[in-house]
Amino acid sequence: MEQHDIVIIGGGPAGLAAAIAARDEGAEDILIVERDHQLGGILNQCIHNGFGLHTFKEELTGPEYAQRFIDKVKEADIPCLLNTIVVDICHGNENESGTKIVTVMNKEQGMIQICAKAVILAMGCRERPRGALNIPGYRPAGIYSAGTAQHYVNIEGKMPGKEVVILGSGDIGLIMARRMTLEGAKVKVVAELMPYSGGLRRNIVQCLDDYGIPLKLSTTVIDIQGKERVEGVTLAKVDGRGKPIPGTEEQIPCDTLLLSVGLIPENELSSQAGVEMNPITNGPKVNESLETSVKGVFACGNVLHVHDLVDYVSQEAGMAGKQAARYVQKECESKNADRDISVVKEEQLRIQQNNMIIELKAEQGVRYTVPSIIHIDRMEDTQVVRFRVGGVYANAKIAVYAGETKMMELKKRIMAPGEMEQIQLKKDKLQELVEQNILTNQITIKVEE
Amino acid sequence: MKAMYDVLIIGAGVTGSAVARELSRYNLKIAVLERASDICEGTSKANSGIVHAGHDAKPGSLKAKLNVAGSQMMEALSKELDFSYRKNGSLVLCFDEAQKGALEKLYQQGIENGVKNLKVLTGDETRQLEPEISDTVVAALYAPEGGIVCPFGLTIALAENAAMNGVEFILNTEVKNIEKIGHEYQVIAEEYEPFVSQTDCNKGDGTPRGNRKEYEAQVVVNCAGVYADVFHNMVSEEKIHIIPRKGEYCLMDKNVGKLVDKTIFQLPTALGKGVLVTPTVHGNLLVGPSAEDVEDHEEISTTANGLSGILDKAALSVKQLSNRQTITSFAGLRAHEEKGDFVIGEVKGAEGFVDVAGIESPGLTCAPATGQYVADIVTKILGRTGEVKEKTDFIATRKGIPHISELSMEERQKLIRENPAYGNIICRCEMVTEGEIRDAIKGPIGAKTLDGVKRRTRAGMGRCQAGFCSPKTVAILAEELGVPEEQITKCGGASRFLYGDTK
Amino acid sequence: MENIEKVELTCINCPLGCALTVSKDAASGELIVTGNTCPRGADYARKEVTDPRRIVTSTVRVEGGTLPVVSVKTERDIPKGLIFEVMKAINSIQVNAPVHIGDVILADVCQTGVAVIATKNVCAYPERT
Repeated sequence: MEQHDIVIIGGGPAGLAAAIAARDEGAEDILIVERDHQLGGILNQCIHNGFGLHTFKEELTGPEYAQRFIDKVKEADIPCLLNTIVVDICHGNENESGTKIVTVMNKEQGMIQICAKAVILAMGCRERPRGALNIPGYRPAGIYSAGTAQHYVNIEGKMPGKEVVILGSGDIGLIMARRMTLEGAKVKVVAELMPYSGGLRRNIVQCLDDYGIPLKLSTTVIDIQGKERVEGVTLAKVDGRGKPIPGTEEQIPCDTLLLSVGLIPENELSSQAGVEMNPITNGPKVNESLETSVKGVFACGNVLHVHDLVDYVSQEAGMAGKQAARYVQKECESKNADRDISVVKEEQLRIQQNNMIIELKAEQGVRYTVPSIIHIDRMEDTQVVRFRVGGVYANAKIAVYAGETKMMELKKRIMAPGEMEQIQLKKDKLQELVEQNILTNQITIKVEE
Repeated sequence: MKAMYDVLIIGAGVTGSAVARELSRYNLKIAVLERASDICEGTSKANSGIVHAGHDAKPGSLKAKLNVAGSQMMEALSKELDFSYRKNGSLVLCFDEAQKGALEKLYQQGIENGVKNLKVLTGDETRQLEPEISDTVVAALYAPEGGIVCPFGLTIALAENAAMNGVEFILNTEVKNIEKIGHEYQVIAEEYEPFVSQTDCNKGDGTPRGNRKEYEAQVVVNCAGVYADVFHNMVSEEKIHIIPRKGEYCLMDKNVGKLVDKTIFQLPTALGKGVLVTPTVHGNLLVGPSAEDVEDHEEISTTANGLSGILDKAALSVKQLSNRQTITSFAGLRAHEEKGDFVIGEVKGAEGFVDVAGIESPGLTCAPATGQYVADIVTKILGRTGEVKEKTDFIATRKGIPHISELSMEERQKLIRENPAYGNIICRCEMVTEGEIRDAIKGPIGAKTLDGVKRRTRAGMGRCQAGFCSPKTVAILAEELGVPEEQITKCGGASRFLYGDTK
Repeated sequence: MENIEKVELTCINCPLGCALTVSKDAASGELIVTGNTCPRGADYARKEVTDPRRIVTSTVRVEGGTLPVVSVKTERDIPKGLIFEVMKAINSIQVNAPVHIGDVILADVCQTGVAVIATKNVCAYPERT
């Protein structure tokens, strides 16, 4: 059976950054498995600018951002299997405890089983389809998720429609409003169910306002007309609970409805592999090393939780790559038969003493945290904890509690569900709190107004 | 020039296809005329996919007779013709002590209809069998003979086998008039261009043009679903009236596909007819249908009330049903004849015109038996003027396209080695490969639309609902059919996806 | 800004989205920004009313490539009022594969002095042998 130290599933921004970081940390034997014919993932179709301000201090388009990482992967000579789909991840046999078997399939080699010491999940996410919203009406052609339309326009050079209504004001929806307009389509309106947009302010101004495209908040599609191709949609205002308000209906003729109504991490493989999931993020539960509930399986990028900026995906994936590399090294060491038993015992004792497991709890406006568990002994000096809030908060604080004690707070002028937030936990501070018996097993993060 | 046939069948749904398949055993020239761009485009594509055990129909009715017969044929047929079927059993839930009498009556009716192995269970016995059944259930009728079937798989298998045995399927062809001249029926139809040309798109509404076609046949079999009354009434003074009855459904993600194992019905209550919750043969969970009589024969839109209604009702049956698992919703029309039973037989005063009308539930279950029953009628009619001979070279079995995701490692490896396209995943939710999609397009009745590919392969039927795979499938269709991508449609007519190049 | 007394804008610098008002001091002719919470807002508003500029991203047809189009961008921002003219220029050209990131597709688009450059690598379609 083919063997690799680290198998990375997905060659998008997360997989690429994880591969580079793992190599930097000393992992020699890495394989990236990518289902598309090229690396770069969804960035290939995100041809707008605005990527990389944090990472490269300049504004790149999606394909340019991806290429910088692809070039590094090529320089590092990390092998990639393209046009290859992962069918299954399972545990290896008992003789090789801890190893995983990744089953992949492609045209050239058919079915291949790869034995891996560590696996990094970097499969990204998919768009929520119409069905998930249960939008009533007919089921004609002309209803696309915004990403599918983006693929048609930017990769295939084809127009999916001419008179467009967009439901959902997430960034992909806003970006596609501008893109379709520049290619000659008439974007009539962007409707948003929530009373606020899920997209970046800059995109609302530069993708909608610049082109006079109206954004209707607290509005949804309540009917789709057209038996073969879309002929129109009916919009209605919604109340505080998202229910349409009778009498506010407005019929809008159009041939296309684009949906930008949310992204869902693609975790079917993770679930099959027995990875425990977080029902809020739809991604795996991970610890400080971005390791899932299955030992040696790491996760990063949009498969873990949906990010707002690709720069954060790259950062996070870098951490997963580094930790996977360390994991592989440690596994090798512990298998080294020459080691003195007493040294191992001593080490185990030390681990027991220091291996304080802290659960991170999201409360009161904080929807989730990544990671959700921290082993203090294993954490870096500074641990980034990322999360999203559940509503729009102006002049609020992010408060972090160890038990009942507030250990830090962060003033925020504005927080919104569309943007990821983060706090940084210091290892020495946590250790200090543990010694003082203030921190026992839980850290709570909440919004205070 | 007129095309001459022994038998013309109107409608390529499950019933028309079953009739075609049974008649293809004989040395006859047969054609099926279908208005839509593909087979299985009407009632047959949007229903519960249930093989009813047969306790619902009134004893002595045609429905009762064909239901039990069809149900008993299904398993063997699924092996002969290679479509998905599972005898998972069904439960009719009773929520009220006062209703137990009605449950008992249903049991007796089943026995009278000839349904085997029926059993009345207590509430606890029911929950032992199906732990997710609601605590409010006090009793249930258990029918181990009940099953589930892929409605597309069944229809396509029957049609393809008929085609293999010489039946012509003439698609995109809508019958406009039927008239008896002498001993023959003259059938006037309009044939639509299968692909919308770019000029049509740019010129107007994109609706394809029609060309007049004429056919002649000794026997016409009317399997036109919700339009069966239209054709019947063209040849008969005794009018029938089909009422399209709309049913809305929610299809749920495979991760809740094992919530229940059996098909869960509800005993009709004062609140009306219940809805069913069932696993599908492909592992999803299906909830529905609503029941609403509609005027428009094309009214297959879903409604907010309809969808919330079925989810509310379904929640009575099973404990943990979450709306969040819905991946798509759809609606279908059932052809309800106002007298309540199937209308099958030679029309009085119109010799050689055979109705197969009012085929509502359990029409899918009945289809194999209906096919035989109708073939018998047709051969007798043809027998009046000449001998009808069985073919010696009838091909009784048919192999469907392989479903890679269902095969073992070794089987997959072998197929990929023979044809590398079986190693290229197009639809990643349902794990459908390029090879399967090409097979679907090249099949005996090849898919020409995205929906056609979907029904044959399941590409686009998964949780992302074709977001990722539709551009690829459209490209493969265009390549195989030798037309530009702009001409590929979702389901024929003006249902095209693309409006030309960006620049 | 010459003929307009007051312009209202939404600041794009952060999610706060301050509602900015730009007016002209009658005496000095200086631009006065109100509604901003930070200096970045004032800078943005002044620039936006005097010389609003945007980077345009789109695609250009490719002949003989593995992809039918290649993504492109204006190397720097161009006057906002010229967006559709720049699009017209971008739409009217076609390039031959291979194309590399940074290749100049149009040297001086609409006399802006700004080049349109490729943002993706597109290989030439392999020749049939």
